Amino acid sequence: MNAPTSTLLYRGSDWDFDTLQRIYDAVERIAIGELGLNVYPNRIEVITSEQMLDAYASTGMPIFYKHWSFGKQFLANDLLYRKGLRGLAYELVINSDPCISYVMEENSATMQTLVIAHAAFGHNHFFKNNYVFKQWTDAEGILDYLEFARHYIARCEERHGQAEVERLLDAAHALMQQGIHRYPRAAPLNLNAERRREEERRAYEEATYNPLWRTLPKKKRGKRENRDERRRTFGLPQENVLYFLEKSAPRLRGWQREILRIVRLIAQYFYPQRQTKVMNEGCAVWCHYRILERLHKTGQISDGAFMEFLHSHSNVLYQPVYDSGHYGGHNPYALGFGIMQDIERICIDPTEEDRLWFPEFAGGNEPVEVLKNAWANYRDESFVAQFLSPHLIRKWRLFKLDDNESEDEVRVAAIHDEQGYREIRRTLARHHDVAWQDPDIQIVDVDFDSDRKLLLEHSVRDKVLLEPDDAERVLQHLADLWGYEVILTEVSGADRKSLNTYTIEPRPGLFF
Amino acid sequence: MHIIDRRLNPRGKSLVNRQRFLRRARDMVRGAVRDSLGSRKIREIESEGEVSIKPGGVHEPTLRRDSSSGNRDHVLPGNRVFRTGDRIKRPQSGEASGSKAGQGNGEDEFRFILTREEFLDLFLEDLELPDLAKRQLTASDAFDIRRAGYTVTGSPSALSVPRTMRNAMSRRLAMRRPSKAEMDELEEEIAGLEAKAVPTEKDRKTLGELRERFEALVRRRTLIGYIDPIDLRYRRFEQDPRPISQAVIFCLMDVSGSMNEHMKELAKIFFILLYLFVTRCYRHVEIVFVRHTDSAQEVDEDTFFYSTETGGTRVSAALEEMLDIVRKRYSPLDWNIYLAQASDGDNFTRDNPRTMSLMRDEILPLVQYAAYLEVSDAPASPTAASAMGEERPSNLWQAYQEIGTAGGKFAMRKVHSRKDIYPVFRELFQRRGMARAS
Repeated sequence: MNAPTSTLLYRGSDWDFDTLQRIYDAVERIAIGELGLNVYPNRIEVITSEQMLDAYASTGMPIFYKHWSFGKQFLANDLLYRKGLRGLAYELVINSDPCISYVMEENSATMQTLVIAHAAFGHNHFFKNNYVFKQWTDAEGILDYLEFARHYIARCEERHGQAEVERLLDAAHALMQQGIHRYPRAAPLNLNAERRREEERRAYEEATYNPLWRTLPKKKRGKRENRDERRRTFGLPQENVLYFLEKSAPRLRGWQREILRIVRLIAQYFYPQRQTKVMNEGCAVWCHYRILERLHKTGQISDGAFMEFLHSHSNVLYQPVYDSGHYGGHNPYALGFGIMQDIERICIDPTEEDRLWFPEFAGGNEPVEVLKNAWANYRDESFVAQFLSPHLIRKWRLFKLDDNESEDEVRVAAIHDEQGYREIRRTLARHHDVAWQDPDIQIVDVDFDSDRKLLLEHSVRDKVLLEPDDAERVLQHLADLWGYEVILTEVSGADRKSLNTYTIEPRPGLFF
Repeated sequence: MHIIDRRLNPRGKSLVNRQRFLRRARDMVRGAVRDSLGSRKIREIESEGEVSIKPGGVHEPTLRRDSSSGNRDHVLPGNRVFRTGDRIKRPQSGEASGSKAGQGNGEDEFRFILTREEFLDLFLEDLELPDLAKRQLTASDAFDIRRAGYTVTGSPSALSVPRTMRNAMSRRLAMRRPSKAEMDELEEEIAGLEAKAVPTEKDRKTLGELRERFEALVRRRTLIGYIDPIDLRYRRFEQDPRPISQAVIFCLMDVSGSMNEHMKELAKIFFILLYLFVTRCYRHVEIVFVRHTDSAQEVDEDTFFYSTETGGTRVSAALEEMLDIVRKRYSPLDWNIYLAQASDGDNFTRDNPRTMSLMRDEILPLVQYAAYLEVSDAPASPTAASAMGEERPSNLWQAYQEIGTAGGKFAMRKVHSRKDIYPVFRELFQRRGMARAS
């Protein structure tokens, strides 16, 4: 190499659109050519910090319907940002096809390189290949669907008044986490078809409306169904409360059901992201680290730029220990990246212990294949359960505490030793299981013959009840939507003993 | 791969959501905004500001597991001393269970920044200048005349020649009106033929044709006029009602030696509030600042607020100055006049009758509303305040008390401390019909 400088992608920290294109091409050569990542087509959008704040406020999506809670989000972030308490993310990436990555104009050239490698290839590959995303999200249709949702809700506001729609959205948002199908059953969603179907259905209804039908005498009620039959008719027990309301709430009007559906589908769209936080970030960090390292080795970025990269890279991976005062839970970036790097180590240079724990791939020398397999077929919980090695447990000096309500002291249940590895790993995995972290609430019965009471059950685990203030408010929303009394019983999972009961009447005149 | 530059996209995408949030939290935010008057510096009142509210009304509830009850386990990094089976005292919340601390703070105050407009809107909500309605009726028959395009009817004096000629020309072109040159040419040709001494048969025939054509052209020319009534255009005028909320505010302040810094500051806050309020609500408002000691002069805003004078106190001087200005510049027929006066209440005793009569007989008939604000030192204790306030009313206060309310036109209030000012201000300028509400 006569002129080593000529291989550099950029100098200094300034960049323009040509630089961005050059960086992208170089990153792509490594990501696709060397690592063999499989990604959606990319779209990179340059935005200002103010636009980044806007994007924050609408959960990162470029299009979203209007609601005051997003304004609250915006104001909160705005304050933190302006006071310098919190920097903005360098990027934001949307699980769509094409995959949209937002990069900030303030970023230096090195940061743009990092961001492109991180978001446009790391996250993008994960979105496209991970099974949870494949199962539950429709990357192609999401932007169209959000556009539909925004228009639909705006039109509802015109027709029925903003206050009315806002009340409905308040209630729907409160139940958002109970609006998720956690176990697949229906065919994969196609949001585009979804939108078309709703439009057709509405058009058909309007075209065939005939007031004569109202004058027909009502059919005589059949004889009482028994409980099992009734539960079968309504698909009970049902954990997806919003779904149940949409399909079976007796008094909601068509547009109200449709809005519940919108909120539910959006919650469902984000559910995979909650389930794969550690893996998703780990994958992105692993990719950007690997790519930047290669760029540096091949002389495409300077030493200085590489140092700058390492600085922000290690900032992202900072994991304070439990008693440092900064501890705020496990850093998903550090956890995910740590395990993935460890997988690499085990593949290339395993110890005896590793061979014992990971016989399938230890010493297999194909780390990228193992990682790709992991990215495609695991979520956080199963990923930790499968790949957290004793080596890492020792390195991070993980320990497990048992905190029993009836005792004054907490007990150290396991530390990083032979007896503790499995228990620590199991517990940490469970802590990343969203379905286990969220309370298990199901609609168990509804009495359609008499007073239409809606009965719910919270299966209490480890004696952890619901947070009472919030529970009351959410149930109030639920009762308002349902239109009749709602009863939630908290029963202990083991012996089905009732621990606590909420009984909430709907507020008259709110929706009905 | 596409790179798209979004930096020039329209800004303020979150504006609607932001406004909806503020509307929802309106009562709380309004309270917070008004409380902040006490702690803010005068110059800061107009800038954007941070407020904090209780999250109660804007809390978004979810069904979540309680963070304080039940059995739980934790996996934590960084063990140095523990062995399996060790028992540790349960740490205070926020220590080892740091992961929970982040979720439990739902009851903290919610803080955010309001823009200047939002701040002022909330700050000055429900206020209006008194008695605007009364003059609106009388003033609304004044009109301004404004050009408003063209019309096909109108008086001859309003005829728009250029526009009419333009229309005529295009019509002539469109209808193929024979032009003068065309006629002349034909006439010449005819004359040429007629002049021939021995016309041939062919010439005679041509001549006949030409004459026929010429006549047709002449007919056509008379049928299609040079200017037709259809071309006429007249300038159109519209009458606009003149701005009806035209008002002038007189700010009178005593700047004599007896006014100490505290009192002046109170007066300043009052005027600044008034100023903000007025400049925000009404476009056609002028403000006149008159400061006085034993003599009075009109000054600009900066001088009024930020420079000092020494001297005795003669309130009538200021009132006279004001009357003088009114006579010169603000005819009561065209202007709604408001008066806001701030003073510590000192006045030459000799001057009292004159002041009183000026106010009652000359000023009050002219103005829509007059407010007198008496500022005083913060009382040492509440009891002292009432004692002072009740037992020794000031000179000026006594004089003005004789005026009474003058049919709702005159009001006077006392202010001791910064936090009194806003309530007093609201009381004075509360929207009609809402009076006595707070």
